[in-house]
Amino acid sequence: MAGPKAGVSAPPRMDLTESLGRAMLRARTVEDKLASLYRAGRIVGGVYLGKGQEALSAAGGVSLKKGDVFAPLIRDMAGRLAFGEPLIDAVRTYLGSRLGPMKGRDGNIHRGDLTRGILPMISHLGAMLSATAGVLMAKRMRGEKGNVGLTCVGDGATSTGSFHEGLNLAAVEKLPLVTVVADNGYAYSTPNQRQYACTDLLERAKGYGIEGHGLDGTDPDTCLEVVGRAVKRARDGAGPQLVVGRLLRLCGHGEHDDGLYVDEALRGSVRGRDCLVVMEERTRARGRGKDWERWREEAQREVDEAVAKVSAEPVPDPFEETWRATATTGATEALEEE
Amino acid sequence: MSVTYLEAIRAAQEKALRDDPKVFIYGQDVGRFGGAFKATKNLAEKFPGRVMDSPISEDAMVGMAVGAAMDGMRPVVEMQFADFSTVGLNQVLNHAATTYWRTGKPCPMVLRLPSGGTPGSGPFHSQSMETIYSHYPGLVVMTPATVEDAYSMLLEAIGMEDPVIFCEHKLLYYHLKAEALPNEAVPAFRARVARPGRDVTCVAYSAMLHEAVAAAEELAAEGYETEVVDLRTVKPLDTDTILGSVARTGRLLAVGESWPWGGASAEVVARVASEGFELLDAPPKRLNAKDTPIPYHPNLWAAHRPTAVRIAAGLREVLRY
Repeated sequence: MAGPKAGVSAPPRMDLTESLGRAMLRARTVEDKLASLYRAGRIVGGVYLGKGQEALSAAGGVSLKKGDVFAPLIRDMAGRLAFGEPLIDAVRTYLGSRLGPMKGRDGNIHRGDLTRGILPMISHLGAMLSATAGVLMAKRMRGEKGNVGLTCVGDGATSTGSFHEGLNLAAVEKLPLVTVVADNGYAYSTPNQRQYACTDLLERAKGYGIEGHGLDGTDPDTCLEVVGRAVKRARDGAGPQLVVGRLLRLCGHGEHDDGLYVDEALRGSVRGRDCLVVMEERTRARGRGKDWERWREEAQREVDEAVAKVSAEPVPDPFEETWRATATTGATEALEEE
Repeated sequence: MSVTYLEAIRAAQEKALRDDPKVFIYGQDVGRFGGAFKATKNLAEKFPGRVMDSPISEDAMVGMAVGAAMDGMRPVVEMQFADFSTVGLNQVLNHAATTYWRTGKPCPMVLRLPSGGTPGSGPFHSQSMETIYSHYPGLVVMTPATVEDAYSMLLEAIGMEDPVIFCEHKLLYYHLKAEALPNEAVPAFRARVARPGRDVTCVAYSAMLHEAVAAAEELAAEGYETEVVDLRTVKPLDTDTILGSVARTGRLLAVGESWPWGGASAEVVARVASEGFELLDAPPKRLNAKDTPIPYHPNLWAAHRPTAVRIAAGLREVLRY
């Protein structure tokens, strides 16, 4: 298991490191904006942030390429952006724009578009493992080679039957599925010790007969290296990979939650480091402080422009909605008045 | 040369596999073994790599199918028994069924459910699940009662752009026979008048169709002509055909093998009462199984489900009003 790196010399894959840093910055910037829009009452429903998890999430996104499939969970803004999801999709989904991928029919973090390689998540934890496995099975049956799937879960999802069934299925089929567990200490308010009884979730890899990789999820370089290695192993045919990143959620479960239950000692530990601060320090130490400033300004401008644009876009109109849950004509029960 | 209901299901899957490279079959023991009921017998050999054994993981089986369907395949998932589909319910109701609405992209898949009671099967191998699945938007729920429908409706289901719950009745698997597979078919969403009559309408589906027809024969001997309507598909429900029949007879008994609280028979009665009230000469009635788990012993089981005798009694009651 790799620990935090002492040195700050140029990392081996500079291009990816820059992509990682910029995705992390864009994610934090747009999420800060979403949080303020939520507090201003402009977003209905929940707002779920990935604060503190950007490095691990973005490491997944930058390690994937076109043709791969990504199944993010609720704290993967950074991974989505790194994989190429347009930032405006997030703003459109949160603000319910009719031009967004979900058209106001579903909101916040449930967006996705498989034509872009992103599965739209459902809220039921663990469910996306088998769905991602299904996409990989489809590709294999069609003879498409070299693509991987990457799905993200938290420590809480590892307690579900769905997680177990999905990971076991992927292992039996030897699918190129990378499952990234962001063990962020809490599932909503429930701490690790009420969630699982093993010492480390990484131990589970052995039980599934798959390869496991543990890492410090607050260290961007480590995230890039370890997640990148897991993705490569999957791509090279080594079967499913379990990545367990230890980190801390630096916000509530959602913006409605102050997260005061988080242990102070954990907050002050290495696990409680802000990966974005680490990233900024490393970038400055590598002599790219000016670049960082520029990336931050670009991210802010991109977010401001997206919010301004989406604010002027049409919202859903119940009178123009088809109210059809099925693609087949006549399969949805018609309303009596129709 | 005759063909059974089960053979029709196997033949439909074979045709689908042959005609469309996107079709594949996934389920417990469906590979070399050919399935618990032999519905996929010899298919793994004929279509290598496309008829695959799954682990005993109903949730993951359906979740896998959802992913594959979203990526353009047409998975057919066999649940070993309809009863076990409860373990995969989340993936059906919250994933497969919501996909088209949420994303505008189809999720074409078929979930085959060996359904309904047989003597000795007991509480966990006898259930009829159509009520639960029909309640949720985004699903089509088919309940074929004949060999011809088992074949043509399964083919239509596999070709459909939506997730289809295909409830095939185990009691019909081996004993129900037809001369040959059909060359043409009534569209799956249309109900069918299985037996014309002028005095009372009996709406049924799946194995209950045959009990209803037997009851109609019994009443015919007493001088009453029962019109038996086979729903074929319970979601969407072909209300027009039902109302057309009630317009002719003025009386209705709706029969289902599932439990009495809610369900297809309740929906039939509710729609006739609200949309066809003036057509009725008597209060519409329902007949379902008893509100207990499904019993093991054949004596108890035979009394638990609606039978021709109980349906005939129900029809007499409606006629007597």
